[in-house]
Amino acid sequence: MPSLKDLKNRIASVKATQKITKAMKMVAAAKLRRAQEAAEAARPYAERMTKVLAGLSAANAGNAEAPLLLSGTGKDQVHLLIVATGERGLAGGFNSSIIRLARDHALKLLAQGKTVKILTVGRKGNDILRRTFRENIVDYVTFREVKQLGFAQADEVAQKVLALYNAGEFDIATLFYARFQSVISQVATASQIIPAKFETTEPAIASSALYEYEPSEEEILEDLLPKNVAIQIFRALLENNASFYGAQMSAMDNATRNAGDMINKLTLSYNRQRQAQITKELIEIISGAEAL
Amino acid sequence: MAEAFNFELVSPERLLVSEKVTEVVIPATLGEMTVLANHAPTMTTIKPGVVSVKLASGQVNKYVVFGGFADILPTGCTLLAESAVPVSELTHATLQKRIETTQAEINHAQNDEHKTKLEQFLAELTHLNGVVNPA
Repeated sequence: MPSLKDLKNRIASVKATQKITKAMKMVAAAKLRRAQEAAEAARPYAERMTKVLAGLSAANAGNAEAPLLLSGTGKDQVHLLIVATGERGLAGGFNSSIIRLARDHALKLLAQGKTVKILTVGRKGNDILRRTFRENIVDYVTFREVKQLGFAQADEVAQKVLALYNAGEFDIATLFYARFQSVISQVATASQIIPAKFETTEPAIASSALYEYEPSEEEILEDLLPKNVAIQIFRALLENNASFYGAQMSAMDNATRNAGDMINKLTLSYNRQRQAQITKELIEIISGAEAL
Repeated sequence: MAEAFNFELVSPERLLVSEKVTEVVIPATLGEMTVLANHAPTMTTIKPGVVSVKLASGQVNKYVVFGGFADILPTGCTLLAESAVPVSELTHATLQKRIETTQAEINHAQNDEHKTKLEQFLAELTHLNGVVNPA
């Protein structure tokens, strides 16, 4: 049975923890709003880009001289997994769900006898994946020092990926990140970025044949495809960022609530024990007086 | 009054303009072009330069863009810029910084083709510097 003093100390320490988690929740909420706005602001660009590229690639589908980024190398031996995670923890299952998805994918590929290379973005993913796939990690990018995620950071990652691709280091690149669905739900997602794959939800624009291209179609395609890689990565990073704060917010909300429950329970047993002690003392006094 | 059409200027970070305009001048790779309503469908890449947008109200806004491409349809025009800022917000320092980074990249360029491209880019930037910040 813990003494009264122990209980008091524990209550104080849980209260201190609750204060911290509460503050973290509020900070995450504020940052979430900004991250969400940034993710939404980036959407029109990415959407238009995809639309334009889908039209262009549909027109170039049968072309044997289509750029490698579009048609692929024709092999699927070497896979590059780009795993984007957060820089910090304390965000519930955010990092682990992305990592689990990437790890399962990697193990499946390895079981099929493929070669797996991993590029990690973010400190957390690197720390954890390093344990299992030490020799598979080819590169590591961190944005620890970066305050506001911009296109420049995404471009930095894209340049690395493209350099590897142009050097023939891999055939297929897949990007792992958490898609932001809502504050309470983030879905770990894998999306293939090289060779470019488009979901053709709408039938290829019939008018694309009427387009005038300046300069030629091929040149535009060659210019756009690398940009598309950067855009996809940028989008993933922003979604990830928003997801991270969303996950952190709900994790911290839970923590705060749990701390509250714990405080209530501890206070109850503290009061009970105090009451018991008072009663005990009273009995002692009364029985002492009676004995006289 | 000239006919108005939809114009959108989008950078990866945000949507800058989405408005009814009557006239847009775009620094296309093969030379400047003016887009009016009912333009033939055209897709073009753009070089660093100034985009000038004439709103339906007659007001003219200018934006500096650094490369990208434009998708022109009879009903509207979408300009996807790698980065875009209103002219008023562009300072000499930021431009200078870009010029310097490009210069550094030229020194690291691996092949000639890439180098030529970068040099061209640099020339355009320097030209832009002269236009936006007349000494």
